[in-house]
Amino acid sequence: MSLIGEKGVRRILSITAFSAISALLLIALFILTEGLPFIFRYGLHDFLLESDWDPQTGKFGIFPMVAASLWVTFGAMVVGAPLGVAGAIFLSEFVPKSVMRVVKPTIELLAAIPSVVYGFIGVMVLAPLIRTQLGGPGLSLLAASIILGIMILPTVISISIDSIQAVPQSYREGSLALGATTWQTIHMVTVKAAKSGIIASIILGMGRAIGETMAVIMVAGNSVRIPESPLDSVRSLTANIALEMSYATGLHRQALFATGVILFVGIIILNSIAIVALRKRVYKK
Amino acid sequence: MLRKTIGLISLVMIVLLIAGCGKTRTSITLAGSTAFQPFAEKLADQYMKTNRNASITVQGGGSAVGVQSAISGAAQIGMADLVELPPEAQQLTATIVARDGIALVLNPNNKVANLTLQQVRDVFNGKIKNWNEVGGANARITVVSREAGSGTRSSFEQIVKEISLAKDALIQDSNGTIRETVSNDPNAIGYLSHGLLNEKIRAIKVDDQECTTELIMAGTYKLVRPIYLLVKGTPEGEAKNFIDYILSSEGQNTLKSNGLIPAK
Repeated sequence: MSLIGEKGVRRILSITAFSAISALLLIALFILTEGLPFIFRYGLHDFLLESDWDPQTGKFGIFPMVAASLWVTFGAMVVGAPLGVAGAIFLSEFVPKSVMRVVKPTIELLAAIPSVVYGFIGVMVLAPLIRTQLGGPGLSLLAASIILGIMILPTVISISIDSIQAVPQSYREGSLALGATTWQTIHMVTVKAAKSGIIASIILGMGRAIGETMAVIMVAGNSVRIPESPLDSVRSLTANIALEMSYATGLHRQALFATGVILFVGIIILNSIAIVALRKRVYKK
Repeated sequence: MLRKTIGLISLVMIVLLIAGCGKTRTSITLAGSTAFQPFAEKLADQYMKTNRNASITVQGGGSAVGVQSAISGAAQIGMADLVELPPEAQQLTATIVARDGIALVLNPNNKVANLTLQQVRDVFNGKIKNWNEVGGANARITVVSREAGSGTRSSFEQIVKEISLAKDALIQDSNGTIRETVSNDPNAIGYLSHGLLNEKIRAIKVDDQECTTELIMAGTYKLVRPIYLLVKGTPEGEAKNFIDYILSSEGQNTLKSNGLIPAK
């Protein structure tokens, strides 16, 4: 055992810990050095707010993609957040602990399904359903929202459950002792006390929805345009990068990296908000 | 215990290292056109059966990648299916190994059998929006195209000419997903490599010419593009042998029986 002593172990562990951080720094540095020069040259305003994307003729306006990413994320929230939060409330307040011990890991398994599989189900089942029932091409904003809404469920549910369970039992007991019904206790006391955690869960879900690529490419149809209805096909920022990266050279390639910069900044902002919200809860206790 | 483990790990690594360098096989890499990729794989398999020392890797990536990787040397042979090669490809030796028709495809439930080239142009420009304008049912046309930069798309647009793709066109990133989308949507129209047609979709006539090997060879079917193999400098060694094999009657017959059009 003398080969690696106490200090050696500590050193090895700290190297592994820093390698994760340095990987993040390297990625950030790489994206920024590849993408920022383009943004400066082309102009942030033109890049973000022009709606013509035609790499062949040198037009790089990503506004339709920004709009699509926001709409898709919003749609995923509309589908996923109510389902997730309601599910979390039900599981933590109405279901016996033993049942919960089985159900929660099962829901978390949803996160282990590869996104290609979600996309495949979207293409084979959801898109034809939307096309025949509601019209349009089927591959649409709506399809992407529903698929992403399901994909963020495990994130929303498991973090919401954790924060609801972190609410001290004495809060509930006090409320019930004052004569409040179970439902009144839940929505006026428990959920209010767990609010920051629930919001954080939704924001983390949003981060996942914005960053999701494969499933969105498969079900969103990828037209470059600002959606006018949920049945229109759209292209998200992530899909734009993934679709065109393999062919892109020169300025086009830089523009895709710049798209990555925008996405990266957006996700960092979202995650920071989530971290702040989560930290609030810890301090409250 | 720890020493033993470390010893074992280093032993395994050394064995792997030796195994990795052991054989002296000449290996070449092909990269580029996703339309030609499956054919190149088939040809590489056949070639490697007779030439046991050769090892050929086939990668996709698209025609632009084919040109780029041949220039940079990342691949010994680049594959490109473009009507006109980009200017930077002038430093490469280009060999036409086959030709490929681009088939316009519809869902089998769609009864439209023929479009003129002008109608094709209008459909993809978004001027014709409903199938009843071209003799079909009253239903909105779902245009399905490829992503910017795709060899099939640029060939298609160069042949049909004056296309600025309709904003609401769906974009799919491979021949396979185009086929899947069209086979799922009764109102869709897309285009893909003639060699990748199957029973789930139906190729239509363009200007009354059917997309068949015979008519493409006769030159009457208009949507045809050459498939180039690109080599930096003059081809030599294994790369030359493989290109020669593709151009041999055996290679050309393989291409023909799999749906491509022979070079000559």
